[in-house]
Amino acid sequence: MAQQTKEIANFADAVRDIPDGSVIAFGGFAYPGTPFNLIQALADQGAKNLTLVANSTGGAAQPRLPDIGLLVERGQVRKVICAFTAATRASDVLPFTKYYESGEVEAELVPQGTLAERLRAAGAGIPAFYTPTAVGTELAEGRETRMFNGREYLIEYALPVDFAFVSAIRADTMGNLQYRRSQRNFNPVMAMAANMTIAEVEEDILPAGAIDPDEVHTSGIFVQRVVKIPPAPIGIWPGKRAPRAGAKS
Amino acid sequence: MSGTTIASPGGLGRQQIADRLAQAFEDGWIVNLGVGMPTLCSNTPIGDRGIIYHAENGVIGYGGVLADGEEDLHLVNAGGQHVSLNPGAAIVNHADSFAIIRSGRIDVTVLGIYEVAANGDFANWKVAGAKGGGIGGAMDLAACAKRVFVILEHTTRDGKPRLLRQCALPVTARGVVTLVATNLGLFEPAGEAFRLREIAPGVTVEQIRAATGAEVIVAENLQVIQVLTG
Repeated sequence: MAQQTKEIANFADAVRDIPDGSVIAFGGFAYPGTPFNLIQALADQGAKNLTLVANSTGGAAQPRLPDIGLLVERGQVRKVICAFTAATRASDVLPFTKYYESGEVEAELVPQGTLAERLRAAGAGIPAFYTPTAVGTELAEGRETRMFNGREYLIEYALPVDFAFVSAIRADTMGNLQYRRSQRNFNPVMAMAANMTIAEVEEDILPAGAIDPDEVHTSGIFVQRVVKIPPAPIGIWPGKRAPRAGAKS
Repeated sequence: MSGTTIASPGGLGRQQIADRLAQAFEDGWIVNLGVGMPTLCSNTPIGDRGIIYHAENGVIGYGGVLADGEEDLHLVNAGGQHVSLNPGAAIVNHADSFAIIRSGRIDVTVLGIYEVAANGDFANWKVAGAKGGGIGGAMDLAACAKRVFVILEHTTRDGKPRLLRQCALPVTARGVVTLVATNLGLFEPAGEAFRLREIAPGVTVEQIRAATGAEVIVAENLQVIQVLTG
């Protein structure tokens, strides 16, 4: 039996069946690897009561890009699970903060390495693990710890997700993915953690066999849908990140 | 790049603070630089020391920040800046990047922070009264790197000390900081007090004591920080 292609013709079709209440992970660290086109499509699709998993809550880009801050502002989000729920500089104000402080959106703040490992664990069939990260801090209060070899570790639980939105440079019809440079970041572990992974891809979708098996970064086993980003202005292709106002470095 | 000006009574500039800390790196170290002032360390011309810069997003072996027009849009450091890659660079995913951190392979992490205490505790993820916080990779790095160096302005914008007897803000990790670089000097947390190892040009010990929220012990062989003129 011939393999069916995983290529989807457009972003609207790729996200059409995402139900209200879904838990969705979003790759990306700064711009590289962020699935802006899928996020815009989900904003247009309108699913509500979502739980979002991402490194940060978005909203810092100027001019604004469709990052997850857009979904928060559209009232689609119930909760975020992130390594940042405030800006890295206390003087910066994020759009997310207003919704968080008013109680409209909940947040779970997770150290970045713990976030990556909780996703990896979910994708690897590991229900929980112990980490030295956050021991002795406010985050560890009231939680289970255990001593191993004389050091205290904190229990953390796997973080499975319903969907992962990832961004890659190249894919084939089997869903095998390649990333370029720091585009990789969270994308491979989010794809592993998801029941369904949808990838937006910069280059034309290749036929099976066109990517050297040694050069596949995420196996198509973890990827169910791939969509080619159309040329601008229909597709979103962010340029260089603008320096932040007042940034000295 | 490194400053050429003589430091003012306010002490060192941001790049000069970073320059001093970068000179503390030893040959062949794997170094993680946090967002903000720490990333300035990768601009310091310390020569070919075999230092490998590691970023949380899995970029291993990056170089300086690239000029306008030379950026690679697929490549940023932990601060979101477009950087170069040095020969022998490698890219790994986020879980592997933090495996490198958690398994103790980072020789030093340099973190920008709000407060540091004489007992080596520090705080950099949550400000007073805020509901949210920004942890990023700091808790993983602070708990697991072989050494934690911190870099900060000695006082807040309204002149309050940030080197304290005990942290007032929620801590990021306890008892881990071994070196503190500020605009006024280079310090070691010594339990009950900070040991002043080097002092910025034009700054006095009295000025430092007045700006510090803990006892300051002056090292016997106190040196003046050599400002790079490169």
